[in-house]
Amino acid sequence: MGVSTSSAKSVSPLAAWLFSSIGKKTVVAVTGIFLVLFVCGHLLGNLTFFLGPDIINSYAKHLRDLGPFLWVIRAGLLAILVLHIFFTVSLWKENHAARPEKYVVKNHVKATIFSRTMRLSGLIVFAFVIFHILHYTARTIDPAFQHYETDLHGEMVHNVYKMMVVGFSVPWVSAIYIVSLGLLAFHLSHGIASLFQTLGLSNKQLRPRFEFAGRALAWLLFLGFTSIPVAVLLGVGREALK
Amino acid sequence: MNFHLKVWRQKASNAPGKLESYEAKNIPAEASFLEMLDIVNDDLVAKGQEPIAFDHDCREGICGMCSAVINGVPHGKDRGVGTTCQLYMRKFQDGETITIEPFRAGSFPIIRDLSTNRAAFDRIIQAGGFISERSGSAPEANSVPIPKTIADEAMDAAACIGCGACVAACPNSSAMLFVSAKVNHLNLLPQGKPEKHRRVLGMVKQMDAEGFGNCSNYYECEAVCPAHVPASFITSMNREYTVAAARKSAGATG
Ligand code: HEM
Ligand code: FES
Repeated sequence: MGVSTSSAKSVSPLAAWLFSSIGKKTVVAVTGIFLVLFVCGHLLGNLTFFLGPDIINSYAKHLRDLGPFLWVIRAGLLAILVLHIFFTVSLWKENHAARPEKYVVKNHVKATIFSRTMRLSGLIVFAFVIFHILHYTARTIDPAFQHYETDLHGEMVHNVYKMMVVGFSVPWVSAIYIVSLGLLAFHLSHGIASLFQTLGLSNKQLRPRFEFAGRALAWLLFLGFTSIPVAVLLGVGREALK
Repeated sequence: MNFHLKVWRQKASNAPGKLESYEAKNIPAEASFLEMLDIVNDDLVAKGQEPIAFDHDCREGICGMCSAVINGVPHGKDRGVGTTCQLYMRKFQDGETITIEPFRAGSFPIIRDLSTNRAAFDRIIQAGGFISERSGSAPEANSVPIPKTIADEAMDAAACIGCGACVAACPNSSAMLFVSAKVNHLNLLPQGKPEKHRRVLGMVKQMDAEGFGNCSNYYECEAVCPAHVPASFITSMNREYTVAAARKSAGATG
């Protein structure tokens, strides 16, 4: 190779990797794995709704009892989400700049509706995450949620079950959840299989299987999450309102 | 056969361009796409107009020089052939409107009309797409055993003719299919192993410096590749790049 005459101070190999095209993609993929695992765990917790008020209320109490550790988990999740979005936006800017003059006619041969809407689905999911936290975690959308209490084996605890039933009884609220979760399923229909390709864990034989499994998981998550607002709209849990 | 053409005309890299309409008349069905453009150009020259500039060389699908995005698809690959020079007019409907644009990417500046400067690919090759060998008499070919499966895979990567259709097709103008084909072609083989890590680091660095976009796994590239290079090479390049970067961070030589 030619002799390097550059006197610029050299970047560390780690920084060079992190801010390379492949490094940035890797961060998006790794943070994506954590987000997918979180979403799966979150669904399992939510599904305790169908086991009745006592089960989900005690599950929620156990979570809150984690105390400071809960804040560590929350801070970790926030950091992961921030990294995911930061690197996505940085990739997006570069990708946009890489084609200054667009095609007059462009036909896609293989890109799917899911892969082509990653930014849109991601941004809507982000807006939804904020709404969801205000709705059920900070409880500022309907401040009455703060005061729902119930007796759990002789102890007064927050009545999460009632909060969910009241929350999802409002059709527009349920509609926001169902539409946003549909977009999350869009995001993951491409994202799950895509992360294996990004991380170098795929190959010609595995790719169609990752694509099938990723899409299946994405839509199973959708069915699982939306089963709760749908059930409430169909009358499940009405007795909690009395 | 007759066609209505809409062709991108642009006088120079930094000049504005636009689609102009032309009629392609009495085109034989067995004419290639480039021959059809030759006929249209003869007509333009006869009328004293500037002919359409387009890239071409071998006209047999091996050099990677011809380009053009035909009805929104590089090389018109959706019609199931390979390069633009191998695409025959019988694949089109008589009377069809055909839009012809250059390969578009900031890293492939337009020279004129449909002709683009793809020297960025040459600079990526210079950054590692070679092996260092002593010159002199050729060694006995069979002295280096290579498993058949590895040889086949390296051949699939080596099929890349470096035309740039992958970049043209990619919504992000990413060059990852090209770079991964070159990296894998050499990294798979014993002759390329000594420079394996430096190669992938160097070529990816140059690819990024050239301003190509980043892969989002749309797979548009493999769909239009005239040499059928699969995107599975991209996943192995990603892996090799991270391994090489980790080795370099840890101070390993190579
Ligand atoms: C909150 C806002 C979010 C935004 C703006 C966003 C945006 C994006 C974008 C644009 C990509 C494609 C990156 C590329 O290949 O160029 C992506 C990939 C991905 N996202 Fe998100 N996303 C968000 C949230 C999420 C969430 C909540 C999850 C998981 C539940 C998730 C999981 C993934 C996965 C698995 C990938 C695939 C990584 C890869 O291609 O290797 N994202 N995201
Ligand atoms: S002109 Fe050589 S590949 Fe088409």
